Amino acid sequence: MAGAGVREYKRRIRSVKSTQQITKAMKMVAAAKLRRAQARAESSRPYTETLTGTLARLAGVAYDVNHPLLEKREDILKVGYIVVTSDRGLCGAYNTNIIKLVTTAIAEDGRNLESGIIAVGKKGRDFFRKRGGVDAEFVSLGDKVNYADAKEIADYVINAYENEELDEVYLIYAKFYNALRQVPTITKILPLETPTEEKTEEHFVDYLYEPSAEEILMTLLPKYVASVIYHAMLEGKASEHGATMTAMGNATQNAGEIIDNLTLVMNKVRQAAITDEILDIVGGAEALNKGGK
Amino acid sequence: MADNTFMLEIVTPEEILYKEEVQFMVAPAVEGELGILKNHAPLVAALKIGVLRYQDPAGNEFRIAISGGFMEVVDNVARVLAETAEHGLDIDILRAKAARERAEKRLSQRDENINYSRAKLALQRSIARLKAAGEKVD
Repeated sequence: MAGAGVREYKRRIRSVKSTQQITKAMKMVAAAKLRRAQARAESSRPYTETLTGTLARLAGVAYDVNHPLLEKREDILKVGYIVVTSDRGLCGAYNTNIIKLVTTAIAEDGRNLESGIIAVGKKGRDFFRKRGGVDAEFVSLGDKVNYADAKEIADYVINAYENEELDEVYLIYAKFYNALRQVPTITKILPLETPTEEKTEEHFVDYLYEPSAEEILMTLLPKYVASVIYHAMLEGKASEHGATMTAMGNATQNAGEIIDNLTLVMNKVRQAAITDEILDIVGGAEALNKGGK
Repeated sequence: MADNTFMLEIVTPEEILYKEEVQFMVAPAVEGELGILKNHAPLVAALKIGVLRYQDPAGNEFRIAISGGFMEVVDNVARVLAETAEHGLDIDILRAKAARERAEKRLSQRDENINYSRAKLALQRSIARLKAAGEKVD
Protein backbone atom coordinates (compact mmCIF):
# COMPACT_ATOMS: atom_id res chain seq x y z
CA MET A 1 0.00 0.00 0.00
CA ALA A 2 1.10 3.58 -0.67
CA GLY A 3 0.26 4.61 2.94
CA ALA A 4 3.28 2.61 4.16
CA GLY A 5 5.60 4.86 2.07
CA VAL A 6 4.25 7.99 3.74
CA ARG A 7 4.70 6.48 7.15
CA GLU A 8 8.31 5.64 6.35
CA TYR A 9 9.02 9.27 5.40
CA LYS A 10 7.30 10.53 8.55
CA ARG A 11 9.56 8.32 10.62
CA ARG A 12 12.69 9.60 8.91
CA ILE A 13 11.66 13.24 9.29
CA ARG A 14 11.11 12.68 12.98
CA SER A 15 14.54 11.15 13.40
CA VAL A 16 16.28 14.01 11.53
CA LYS A 17 14.35 16.50 13.64
CA SER A 18 15.57 15.00 16.89
CA THR A 19 19.14 15.11 15.57
CA GLN A 20 18.60 18.74 14.67
CA GLN A 21 17.48 19.49 18.21
CA ILE A 22 20.66 17.95 19.56
CA THR A 23 22.95 19.89 17.24
CA LYS A 24 21.07 23.09 18.03
CA ALA A 25 21.53 22.52 21.76
CA MET A 26 25.22 21.71 21.25
CA LYS A 27 25.65 24.94 19.34
CA MET A 28 24.15 26.94 22.17
CA VAL A 29 26.25 25.16 24.78
CA ALA A 30 29.37 25.86 22.72
CA ALA A 31 28.40 29.53 22.49
CA ALA A 32 28.08 29.77 26.27
CA LYS A 33 31.40 27.96 26.78
CA LEU A 34 33.06 30.20 24.24
CA ARG A 35 31.99 33.27 26.18
CA ARG A 36 33.41 31.78 29.36
CA ALA A 37 36.67 30.82 27.65
CA GLN A 38 37.02 34.34 26.30
CA ALA A 39 36.44 35.80 29.75
CA ARG A 40 39.20 33.60 31.15
CA ALA A 41 41.55 34.62 28.38
CA GLU A 42 40.71 38.24 29.14
CA SER A 43 41.45 37.89 32.86
CA SER A 44 44.84 36.32 32.16
CA ARG A 45 45.95 39.37 30.22
CA PRO A 46 47.22 41.62 33.07
CA TYR A 47 49.56 38.86 34.26
CA THR A 48 50.92 38.04 30.81
CA GLU A 49 51.36 41.66 29.84
CA THR A 50 53.16 42.66 33.03
CA LEU A 51 55.38 39.60 32.89
CA THR A 52 56.29 40.21 29.25
CA GLY A 53 56.91 43.92 29.86
CA THR A 54 59.13 43.33 32.88
CA LEU A 55 61.03 40.59 31.11
CA ALA A 56 61.70 42.86 28.16
CA ARG A 57 62.96 45.58 30.46
CA LEU A 58 65.15 43.17 32.39
CA ALA A 59 66.60 41.78 29.18
CA GLY A 60 67.57 45.34 28.29
CA VAL A 61 69.59 45.89 31.46
CA ALA A 62 70.86 42.40 32.25
CA TYR A 63 73.90 41.67 30.14
CA ASP A 64 75.67 38.48 30.96
CA VAL A 65 72.85 36.12 31.59
CA ASN A 66 73.65 32.50 30.94
CA HIS A 67 70.45 30.67 31.44
CA PRO A 68 70.16 27.25 29.81
CA LEU A 69 66.74 28.20 28.46
CA LEU A 70 68.22 31.06 26.46
CA GLU A 71 71.15 29.21 25.00
CA LYS A 72 70.98 28.09 21.37
CA ARG A 73 72.46 24.66 20.82
CA GLU A 74 74.89 23.72 18.11
CA ASP A 75 73.91 20.08 17.78
CA ILE A 76 70.22 19.66 17.49
CA LEU A 77 69.12 16.05 17.67
CA LYS A 78 65.53 16.08 18.77
CA VAL A 79 62.75 18.60 18.38
CA GLY A 80 59.74 18.69 20.67
CA TYR A 81 56.26 19.66 19.55
CA ILE A 82 53.64 20.65 22.09
CA VAL A 83 50.37 19.96 20.30
CA VAL A 84 47.30 21.60 21.82
CA THR A 85 44.13 19.88 20.59
CA SER A 86 40.72 19.17 22.08
CA ASP A 87 39.61 16.13 24.05
CA ARG A 88 36.36 15.81 22.14
CA GLY A 89 35.38 15.75 18.49
CA LEU A 90 32.35 17.31 16.80
CA CYS A 91 34.24 20.51 16.22
CA GLY A 92 34.70 20.42 12.46
CA ALA A 93 38.22 20.50 11.08
CA TYR A 94 39.65 22.05 14.28
CA ASN A 95 41.88 19.15 15.31
CA THR A 96 42.65 18.03 11.76
CA ASN A 97 44.03 21.45 10.90
CA ILE A 98 46.28 21.52 13.95
CA ILE A 99 47.59 18.00 13.35
CA LYS A 100 48.16 18.80 9.69
CA LEU A 101 50.28 21.78 10.68
CA VAL A 102 52.40 19.58 12.95
CA THR A 103 52.93 16.86 10.35
CA THR A 104 53.88 19.39 7.65
CA ALA A 105 56.21 21.15 10.07
CA ILE A 106 57.94 17.86 10.80
CA ALA A 107 58.05 16.88 7.12
CA GLU A 108 59.33 20.25 5.96
CA ASP A 109 61.90 20.65 8.70
CA GLY A 110 64.51 19.19 6.35
CA ARG A 111 67.09 18.54 9.04
CA ASN A 112 65.84 14.98 9.35
CA LEU A 113 65.75 15.07 13.14
CA GLU A 114 64.01 12.97 15.67
CA SER A 115 60.76 14.50 16.83
CA GLY A 116 58.95 14.16 20.12
CA ILE A 117 55.27 14.88 20.58
CA ILE A 118 53.94 16.36 23.80
CA ALA A 119 50.20 15.92 23.38
CA VAL A 120 47.81 18.25 25.16
CA GLY A 121 44.31 16.93 24.44
CA LYS A 122 43.10 13.47 23.46
CA LYS A 123 42.63 14.08 19.74
CA GLY A 124 46.26 14.91 19.12
CA ARG A 125 47.41 12.11 21.38
CA ASP A 126 45.26 9.52 19.60
CA PHE A 127 46.57 10.59 16.21
CA PHE A 128 50.24 10.52 17.13
CA ARG A 129 49.95 7.41 19.21
CA LYS A 130 49.07 5.53 16.03
CA ARG A 131 52.18 6.79 14.29
CA GLY A 132 55.31 6.70 16.33
CA GLY A 133 53.86 7.48 19.71
CA VAL A 134 53.93 10.43 22.05
CA ASP A 135 56.61 11.47 24.54
CA ALA A 136 54.15 12.83 27.07
CA GLU A 137 50.45 13.40 27.27
CA PHE A 138 48.29 15.83 29.20
CA VAL A 139 44.67 14.90 28.56
CA SER A 140 41.21 15.29 30.10
CA LEU A 141 42.05 18.72 31.45
CA GLY A 142 38.43 19.83 31.17
CA ASP A 143 36.82 22.95 29.81
CA LYS A 144 38.29 25.16 32.49
CA VAL A 145 41.91 25.78 31.58
CA ASN A 146 44.02 25.83 34.74
CA TYR A 147 47.32 27.58 35.14
CA ALA A 148 48.49 24.64 37.25
CA ASP A 149 48.13 22.35 34.21
CA ALA A 150 50.07 24.76 32.02
CA LYS A 151 52.79 24.89 34.65
CA GLU A 152 53.02 21.12 34.75
CA ILE A 153 53.48 21.00 30.99
CA ALA A 154 56.07 23.79 31.20
CA ASP A 155 57.93 21.92 33.96
CA TYR A 156 58.02 18.77 31.84
CA VAL A 157 59.31 20.59 28.77
CA ILE A 158 61.88 22.66 30.67
CA ASN A 159 63.15 19.54 32.40
CA ALA A 160 63.44 17.65 29.09
CA TYR A 161 65.22 20.63 27.56
CA GLU A 162 67.68 21.03 30.40
CA ASN A 163 68.46 17.30 30.35
CA GLU A 164 69.09 17.63 26.61
CA GLU A 165 66.34 15.19 25.74
CA LEU A 166 64.95 17.96 23.56
CA ASP A 167 67.02 20.60 21.81
CA GLU A 168 64.26 22.78 20.44
CA VAL A 169 60.60 23.04 21.36
CA TYR A 170 57.69 24.29 19.30
CA LEU A 171 54.18 25.06 20.43
CA ILE A 172 51.24 24.43 18.12
CA TYR A 173 47.74 25.68 18.85
CA ALA A 174 44.80 27.34 17.14
CA LYS A 175 44.82 31.10 17.49
CA PHE A 176 41.36 32.47 18.10
CA TYR A 177 40.09 35.35 15.97
CA ASN A 178 36.33 34.80 16.12
CA ALA A 179 33.79 31.97 16.08
CA LEU A 180 34.31 31.50 12.35
CA ARG A 181 38.06 31.93 12.18
CA GLN A 182 40.65 29.97 14.11
CA VAL A 183 44.12 29.76 12.66
CA PRO A 184 46.56 26.97 13.62
CA THR A 185 49.82 28.60 14.65
CA ILE A 186 53.31 27.30 15.36
CA THR A 187 55.81 29.18 17.52
CA LYS A 188 59.22 28.28 18.83
CA ILE A 189 59.30 28.46 22.61
CA LEU A 190 62.70 26.96 23.40
CA PRO A 191 65.38 28.17 23.28
CA LEU A 192 63.62 31.24 24.59
CA GLU A 193 63.83 34.49 22.84
CA THR A 194 63.23 37.20 25.39
CA PRO A 195 60.61 39.71 24.37
CA THR A 196 62.04 43.06 23.40
CA GLU A 197 60.67 46.42 24.30
CA GLU A 198 60.32 49.30 21.91
CA LYS A 199 62.71 51.93 23.05
CA THR A 200 60.85 54.85 24.55
CA GLU A 201 63.60 56.97 25.98
CA GLU A 202 61.39 59.60 27.57
CA HIS A 203 59.73 56.95 29.76
CA PHE A 204 62.99 55.61 31.02
CA VAL A 205 62.72 54.70 34.70
CA ASP A 206 65.73 53.78 36.73
CA TYR A 207 64.66 50.74 38.71
CA LEU A 208 66.24 49.22 41.74
CA TYR A 209 66.64 45.48 41.43
CA GLU A 210 66.35 43.11 44.36
CA PRO A 211 68.52 41.00 44.25
CA SER A 212 69.83 41.83 40.73
CA ALA A 213 68.37 42.18 37.25
CA GLU A 214 70.16 39.00 36.15
CA GLU A 215 68.85 36.91 39.00
CA ILE A 216 65.31 38.15 38.66
CA LEU A 217 65.45 37.46 34.94
CA MET A 218 66.48 33.89 35.58
CA THR A 219 63.65 33.21 37.99
CA LEU A 220 61.18 34.73 35.55
CA LEU A 221 62.15 32.67 32.50
CA PRO A 222 60.43 29.41 33.55
CA LYS A 223 57.36 31.41 34.54
CA TYR A 224 57.38 33.03 31.14
CA VAL A 225 57.40 29.60 29.44
CA ALA A 226 54.44 28.55 31.59
CA SER A 227 52.54 31.72 30.79
CA VAL A 228 53.11 31.25 27.04
CA ILE A 229 51.76 27.70 27.27
CA TYR A 230 48.84 28.85 29.42
CA HIS A 231 48.00 31.49 26.86
CA ALA A 232 48.09 28.91 24.05
CA MET A 233 45.78 26.61 26.00
CA LEU A 234 43.31 29.45 26.58
CA GLU A 235 43.34 30.41 22.92
CA GLY A 236 42.99 26.76 21.96
CA LYS A 237 40.00 26.36 24.22
CA ALA A 238 38.26 29.43 22.79
CA SER A 239 39.03 28.19 19.28
CA GLU A 240 37.69 24.75 20.08
CA HIS A 241 34.35 26.14 21.23
CA GLY A 242 34.23 28.53 18.29
CA ALA A 243 34.81 25.62 15.90
CA THR A 244 32.18 23.50 17.67
CA MET A 245 29.71 26.35 17.41
CA THR A 246 30.27 26.72 13.68
CA ALA A 247 30.21 22.98 13.04
CA MET A 248 27.00 22.51 14.99
CA GLY A 249 25.42 25.54 13.31
CA ASN A 250 26.14 23.97 9.93
CA ALA A 251 24.80 20.61 11.08
CA THR A 252 21.57 22.25 12.25
CA GLN A 253 21.21 23.97 8.89
CA ASN A 254 21.87 20.75 6.97
CA ALA A 255 19.30 18.92 9.05
CA GLY A 256 16.79 21.64 8.14
CA GLU A 257 17.49 21.09 4.45
CA ILE A 258 17.08 17.33 4.77
CA ILE A 259 13.78 17.83 6.56
CA ASP A 260 12.54 20.14 3.77
CA ASN A 261 13.51 17.65 1.08
CA LEU A 262 11.95 14.71 2.91
CA THR A 263 8.74 16.66 3.49
CA LEU A 264 8.54 17.49 -0.20
CA VAL A 265 9.07 13.88 -1.24
CA MET A 266 6.58 12.70 1.39
CA ASN A 267 3.92 15.05 0.07
CA LYS A 268 4.53 13.87 -3.47
CA VAL A 269 4.19 10.24 -2.43
CA ARG A 270 0.99 10.98 -0.56
CA GLN A 271 -0.40 12.91 -3.54
CA ALA A 272 0.50 10.05 -5.87
CA ALA A 273 -1.32 7.60 -3.57
CA ILE A 274 -4.44 9.78 -3.55
CA THR A 275 -4.33 10.11 -7.35
CA ASP A 276 -4.01 6.33 -7.67
CA GLU A 277 -7.04 5.79 -5.45
CA ILE A 278 -9.14 8.33 -7.38
CA LEU A 279 -8.20 6.65 -10.65
CA ASP A 280 -9.23 3.30 -9.17
CA ILE A 281 -12.60 4.67 -8.08
CA VAL A 282 -13.24 6.45 -11.36
CA GLY A 283 -12.24 3.34 -13.30
CA GLY A 284 -14.52 1.16 -11.17
CA ALA A 285 -17.48 3.54 -11.50
CA GLU A 286 -17.03 3.71 -15.25
CA ALA A 287 -16.97 -0.08 -15.50
CA LEU A 288 -20.20 -0.30 -13.49
CA ASN A 289 -21.86 2.32 -15.68
CA LYS A 290 -20.92 0.47 -18.84
CA GLY A 291 -22.16 -2.83 -17.39
CA GLY A 292 -25.56 -1.26 -16.53
CA LYS A 293 -26.35 0.01 -20.03
CA MET B 1 44.46 59.41 55.69
CA ALA B 2 43.95 59.29 51.99
CA ASP B 3 47.19 61.01 51.04
CA ASN B 4 49.54 58.38 52.40
CA THR B 5 48.17 55.48 50.40
CA PHE B 6 49.31 53.79 47.21
CA MET B 7 47.83 51.17 44.93
CA LEU B 8 48.48 47.50 45.55
CA GLU B 9 47.67 45.04 42.79
CA ILE B 10 48.02 41.31 43.20
CA VAL B 11 47.88 39.58 39.85
CA THR B 12 47.86 35.84 39.12
CA PRO B 13 47.59 34.18 35.72
CA GLU B 14 43.94 33.47 36.38
CA GLU B 15 42.70 36.69 37.92
CA ILE B 16 43.43 40.01 39.59
CA LEU B 17 43.12 38.94 43.20
CA TYR B 18 43.38 42.36 44.80
CA LYS B 19 43.45 45.93 43.56
CA GLU B 20 42.96 48.53 46.30
CA GLU B 21 44.65 51.44 48.00
CA VAL B 22 46.82 50.45 50.95
CA GLN B 23 48.99 52.46 53.31
CA PHE B 24 51.67 49.91 54.00
CA MET B 25 52.80 46.54 52.73
CA VAL B 26 55.48 43.97 53.47
CA ALA B 27 56.47 41.53 50.74
CA PRO B 28 58.47 38.30 51.19
CA ALA B 29 61.45 39.14 48.96
CA VAL B 30 64.12 36.52 48.35
CA GLU B 31 66.62 38.38 50.51
CA GLY B 32 64.31 39.17 53.39
CA GLU B 33 61.10 41.03 53.96
CA LEU B 34 60.62 44.24 52.08
CA GLY B 35 58.38 47.02 53.39
CA ILE B 36 56.85 49.50 50.97
CA LEU B 37 55.34 52.89 51.76
CA LYS B 38 54.03 55.64 49.54
CA ASN B 39 56.54 57.28 47.18
CA HIS B 40 58.86 54.31 47.10
CA ALA B 41 61.60 54.43 44.48
CA PRO B 42 60.99 52.33 41.34
CA LEU B 43 61.81 48.74 42.22
CA VAL B 44 61.68 45.25 40.85
CA ALA B 45 62.08 42.49 43.41
CA ALA B 46 61.94 38.72 43.24
CA LEU B 47 59.62 37.19 45.83
CA LYS B 48 59.74 33.80 47.47
CA ILE B 49 56.97 31.60 48.77
CA GLY B 50 55.59 33.34 51.80
CA VAL B 51 53.12 35.78 53.27
CA LEU B 52 52.47 39.28 52.01
CA ARG B 53 51.00 41.69 54.58
CA TYR B 54 49.29 44.98 53.96
CA GLN B 55 47.35 47.62 55.84
CA ASP B 56 44.24 49.14 54.34
CA PRO B 57 43.58 52.90 54.71
CA ALA B 58 41.62 52.23 57.91
CA GLY B 59 44.64 50.54 59.45
CA ASN B 60 43.38 46.95 59.36
CA GLU B 61 46.02 44.39 58.59
CA PHE B 62 45.48 41.56 56.10
CA ARG B 63 47.59 38.68 54.88
CA ILE B 64 47.88 36.97 51.53
CA ALA B 65 49.77 33.74 50.86
CA ILE B 66 51.76 33.88 47.65
CA SER B 67 53.76 31.18 45.92
CA GLY B 68 56.68 33.28 44.76
CA GLY B 69 56.94 35.59 41.80
CA PHE B 70 58.01 39.18 41.63
CA MET B 71 56.93 42.68 42.49
CA GLU B 72 57.25 45.87 40.55
CA VAL B 73 56.84 49.26 42.20
CA VAL B 74 56.56 52.38 40.08
CA ASP B 75 54.56 55.64 40.36
CA ASN B 76 52.88 54.56 43.57
CA VAL B 77 51.58 51.33 42.12
CA ALA B 78 52.91 48.10 43.58
CA ARG B 79 52.12 45.23 41.30
CA VAL B 80 52.76 41.73 42.63
CA LEU B 81 52.84 38.89 40.12
CA ALA B 82 52.49 35.47 41.65
CA GLU B 83 51.61 32.11 40.18
CA THR B 84 49.09 31.59 42.95
CA ALA B 85 47.83 33.93 45.66
CA GLU B 86 45.18 33.45 48.31
CA HIS B 87 43.57 35.74 50.86
CA GLY B 88 44.32 34.56 54.38
CA LEU B 89 40.62 34.69 55.21
CA ASP B 90 39.77 32.35 52.33
CA ILE B 91 42.24 29.66 53.29
CA ASP B 92 40.90 26.33 54.46
CA ILE B 93 43.06 25.67 57.52
CA LEU B 94 42.26 21.97 57.71
CA ARG B 95 43.26 21.46 54.12
CA ALA B 96 46.45 23.44 54.54
CA LYS B 97 47.33 21.39 57.64
CA ALA B 98 46.70 18.17 55.77
CA ALA B 99 48.90 19.39 52.91
CA ARG B 100 51.65 20.21 55.36
CA GLU B 101 51.53 16.80 56.99
CA ARG B 102 51.56 15.14 53.59
CA ALA B 103 54.61 17.12 52.52
CA GLU B 104 56.44 16.40 55.79
CA LYS B 105 55.71 12.72 55.53
CA ARG B 106 56.97 12.65 52.00
CA LEU B 107 60.17 14.43 53.00
CA SER B 108 60.84 12.03 55.86
CA GLN B 109 60.71 9.00 53.60
CA ARG B 110 63.76 7.80 51.77
CA ASP B 111 62.14 6.86 48.54
CA GLU B 112 63.75 7.30 45.16
CA ASN B 113 60.43 7.94 43.49
CA ILE B 114 59.90 11.13 45.45
CA ASN B 115 60.86 14.43 43.99
CA TYR B 116 62.39 16.13 47.03
CA SER B 117 62.65 19.65 45.71
CA ARG B 118 59.01 19.45 44.77
CA ALA B 119 57.96 18.16 48.18
CA LYS B 120 60.00 20.90 49.82
CA LEU B 121 58.20 23.54 47.79
CA ALA B 122 54.86 22.00 48.71
CA LEU B 123 55.84 22.18 52.37
CA GLN B 124 56.83 25.84 52.08
CA ARG B 125 53.58 26.64 50.34
CA SER B 126 51.47 24.93 52.98
CA ILE B 127 53.34 26.74 55.76
CA ALA B 128 52.85 30.08 54.01
CA ARG B 129 49.15 29.35 53.70
CA LEU B 130 48.87 28.46 57.38
CA LYS B 131 50.69 31.63 58.37
CA ALA B 132 48.49 33.74 56.13
CA ALA B 133 45.44 32.13 57.70
CA GLY B 134 46.71 33.31 61.11
CA GLU B 135 47.77 29.93 62.46
CA LYS B 136 50.78 29.63 64.72
CA VAL B 137 53.49 27.75 62.85
CA ASP B 138 56.57 26.49 64.64
